[in-house]
Amino acid sequence: MLSKRVIPCLDVRDGKLTKGIKFKGNVDIGDPVETARLYYEAGADELVFYDITASSEGRGIMLDVVDKVASQIFIPFSVGGGISTVEDMRAVLLAGAEKISVNSAAVKNPDIISQGAAAFGSQCVVVGMDVKQVPVSEKIPSGYEIVIHGGRKPMGLDAVEWARTVEALGAGEICCNSIDADGAKTGYELTLTRLISEAVTIPVIASGGAGNPDHMADAVTVGKASAALIASIVHYGEYSIEDCKNRMAARGVKVRRVW
Amino acid sequence: MLAILDYKAGNQTSVRRALDHLGIPCRITADPAVIADAAGIVFPGVGAAGQAMHELTSTGLDALLTAQVAAGKPLLGICVGCQILLEYSAENDTTALGVIPGQCAMFSPALTDEDGEPIRIPHMGWNRVTLSRPCELFDGIDKEAEFYFVHSYYPVPAAEYVIGVTDYGLPFCSIHGRKGLWAVQFHPEKSGRPGLALLANFAAYCKEAR
Repeated sequence: MLSKRVIPCLDVRDGKLTKGIKFKGNVDIGDPVETARLYYEAGADELVFYDITASSEGRGIMLDVVDKVASQIFIPFSVGGGISTVEDMRAVLLAGAEKISVNSAAVKNPDIISQGAAAFGSQCVVVGMDVKQVPVSEKIPSGYEIVIHGGRKPMGLDAVEWARTVEALGAGEICCNSIDADGAKTGYELTLTRLISEAVTIPVIASGGAGNPDHMADAVTVGKASAALIASIVHYGEYSIEDCKNRMAARGVKVRRVW
Repeated sequence: MLAILDYKAGNQTSVRRALDHLGIPCRITADPAVIADAAGIVFPGVGAAGQAMHELTSTGLDALLTAQVAAGKPLLGICVGCQILLEYSAENDTTALGVIPGQCAMFSPALTDEDGEPIRIPHMGWNRVTLSRPCELFDGIDKEAEFYFVHSYYPVPAAEYVIGVTDYGLPFCSIHGRKGLWAVQFHPEKSGRPGLALLANFAAYCKEAR
């Protein structure tokens, strides 16, 4: 029986974590490799690096981070942010990542999904989608719209329709992030998560809004997601990965308990 | 020294990184002399069975592999490398190496999980392996340990080659083979400590078998 995955997300800029991370014991960590190792040892099932580097020089540093993580951390990890060509994908995969995540680049040029899937296999291609709730309209029948640029730019694209499209193009997984819930810590957007999970047959990762381990259990039960992405609740030491998994297990969710 | 078979269809570098971390000497190679000299062969693979077999046959590595196995060289197939040791794969309607009797089938989208929900394909994530018979690769590994899987097709070897099974919509064979010739559907190189322990057990077996 497949375990539901717990996936910490690390934001990196020019090779450094953008938010200070405090584990229990109040250790401040700024190095993404060291932080990744701590999460690996703490029982994370997978890791996501989100690279918000702007310069090409910084991109080179990021590939070095990916290589170091791959040499020391033996669980899968994906890299997203600024990936817009098959060559970008190849560089990240060759550096040692299992998966690459495309977001706004896929909205602007959906062919990148099929090209990536053809070149590296669907299992490598995660499509990240940022979603905002809007009034139901003819164009947005689900009431959930795809946005880019951190939610500032609505794309006139229905989120459920887009999920079906990316699956058909060969995406191996979808990471569904609610812009409305993101950072609020009041729980994932469960209606959205469930809509997307039911619209496709590939795995869906719930993202945005986790404030406690019960929210994570909700995402994979009510929301029908395969995995829960988390950030601040573990970064600031409020909960350990083990706390999250213990609570999920108490709620009847199958999680990986031995690592 | 372990030879990691280089046939441009594999996750060779992930396997090499894991073996490097364990301090196990290894080389990514397609050189018949190096492979013949190695204590054991790791046969990785990601992607599609058709492409993988095409790479093997066009380079002659298919014959080399089957000859090495016939000569008793220890071998560990991983993922696609596990699947194409069988005779046939439904993926791309592929005639495979036929080192182990059996074939490879696709997960049916009609299968359901324990909650009655349709399974998602690929089978992606962590799952348990229940041994049907003892296997030295699992020495010292906790029975509750889980391994990382990512695949849409699964092996169906002849019953006498089934070593362990995993539940995903149905119980499927996740490790098959015989002593010294093992094929695992999961990725030990991405399965944390239990996966590293399995690779170390394989290396130890190769050293002893030599």
